[in-house]
Amino acid sequence: MSWTSCGWPPYGRRMALATRDRRPPTVRTLWDSSVGKKTVMAVTGLIMLGYLVAHMAGNLKIFFGADEFNGYAHWLRHLGAPVLHSHWALWIVRVGLVVSVVLHGVCAFQLSRRDIKARPVRYAHTKARTSYATRTMRWGGVILALFVVWHLLDLTTLTVNENAQAGHPYENVVATFSTWYGNVVYIVAMLALGLHIRHGFWSAAQTLGVGSAARARLLKGAANLLAAGLTIGFISVPVAVMTGVVN
Amino acid sequence: MKLTLRVWRQKNADAPGAMAAYEVDGVSPDMSFLEMLDTLNEDLIVQGEDPVAFDHDCREGICGACSLVINGDAHGPERTTACQLHMRSFRDGDTIDVEPWRAAAFPVVRDLVVDRTALDRIIQSGGYVTAPTGSAPDAHAVAVPKPDADHAFVHAECIGCGACVAACPNGSASLFTAAKVNHLNVLPQGAPERESRVLDMVAQMDAEGFGGCTLAGECATACPKGIPLQAITTMNKEWLRAARTSKR
Ligand code: HEM
Ligand code: FES
Repeated sequence: MSWTSCGWPPYGRRMALATRDRRPPTVRTLWDSSVGKKTVMAVTGLIMLGYLVAHMAGNLKIFFGADEFNGYAHWLRHLGAPVLHSHWALWIVRVGLVVSVVLHGVCAFQLSRRDIKARPVRYAHTKARTSYATRTMRWGGVILALFVVWHLLDLTTLTVNENAQAGHPYENVVATFSTWYGNVVYIVAMLALGLHIRHGFWSAAQTLGVGSAARARLLKGAANLLAAGLTIGFISVPVAVMTGVVN
Repeated sequence: MKLTLRVWRQKNADAPGAMAAYEVDGVSPDMSFLEMLDTLNEDLIVQGEDPVAFDHDCREGICGACSLVINGDAHGPERTTACQLHMRSFRDGDTIDVEPWRAAAFPVVRDLVVDRTALDRIIQSGGYVTAPTGSAPDAHAVAVPKPDADHAFVHAECIGCGACVAACPNGSASLFTAAKVNHLNVLPQGAPERESRVLDMVAQMDAEGFGGCTLAGECATACPKGIPLQAITTMNKEWLRAARTSKR
């Protein structure tokens, strides 16, 4: 009797099970692995990306005037009513975003530190081409983290926004883009965002295992479209204020 | 051809190393890169100096022993192994930099020789199939669909040289590990360990101090056997499936 007649693969499967150690819970497996941490980055990145698409689309309401924009901002506070109390939906989104930003940042920091430690000695003969993606993702990410802090102080808490008035978002946006540094900060950050998403969206597809040769063009195209759409959409607001289209 | 070589010289794992320059004359364009180094070593021995230590074995591109970073490229400018690289890829009068694989997980043993046993330990952690011993099975006893067989063959080509690690800006062994996971996980013979294989091999890769994948793509460009970058995507997919479903 040959071994194949004793039933492959159940024969082997039984053997493997008998010797297998207990595995830790899935969350532990994810957090302890470089592939798992990348997965956390991909999922939190996609959550933030989804939020940004909605945010950008909402911003475009500024082109329909102060009443419509301020009305929209007011509506956001009552989103989900009457099921949800006022501001609840807003806070649910805020908590989700804070958790995403923190997890994304912590994983980026830990993975980057591992990557740098894994390559302690440089080659004497260096090539100019190496890792445009890796460099721009790290520095771009840091720029975005700093921008998020500035943006909250500027248009949410109004701490750094001179001439700002609570409850007048339209006028506050105009105030922000009436200063040169307001324009510089937002435009630089949105260009960094475009680059981050261009590599990040495609990257996330590979991390989550949905990329394939057949889908490569589709994914790259979607990454470019999202990156360009978000960057142009966001930047259109400061440009409109600068050129007087919005005032 | 007459060449100037700048070669990494390092007495042992603990000694500091440095690039040293040598002139090599009488190089034929038909020589392999390793034969050119043999010529240099013969000169060095005659002059009473230590020959340059480098790894090599088959010299026909199938064993994965040779491991030279030539002018910043793992295995040099052609898509092949250093032993199959010929001097006709260079010009008379060129200066060529020769360095060892660089990665924390690949400590230099001497000159251009690095310790690659970390890759062996990744294989030991799951790069095998559980097969009952005894007489050889009939070749066609287990049916394998043609596309699966092709997929397995593409990834079975890996010779474990470590060029992917040497080329990666993060010193990651993802392409190496992914090649074996793709090769065995697609086959019925690999099915019993499908989940434990990918979980254990990735865990071992992390434990050895290799970096993670940022999809820079340098590994697939350097690979002398053309293992595709897509292998890593499929490994991630297998890993996520295993992390979700693996029996506790
Ligand atoms: C808190 C500020 C941020 C930092 C410090 C940061 C940093 C990074 C870094 C270093 C990577 C590459 C990680 C690696 O491959 O090892 C990355 C990937 C990524 N980032 Fe960010 N980022 C930030 C904000 C954002 C935002 C606002 C988005 C939303 C669009 C985003 C979306 C992504 C995506 C989708 C990836 C790809 C994940 C993957 O490769 O699977 N990031 N980030
Ligand atoms: S010496 Fe065997 S592959 Fe180069």
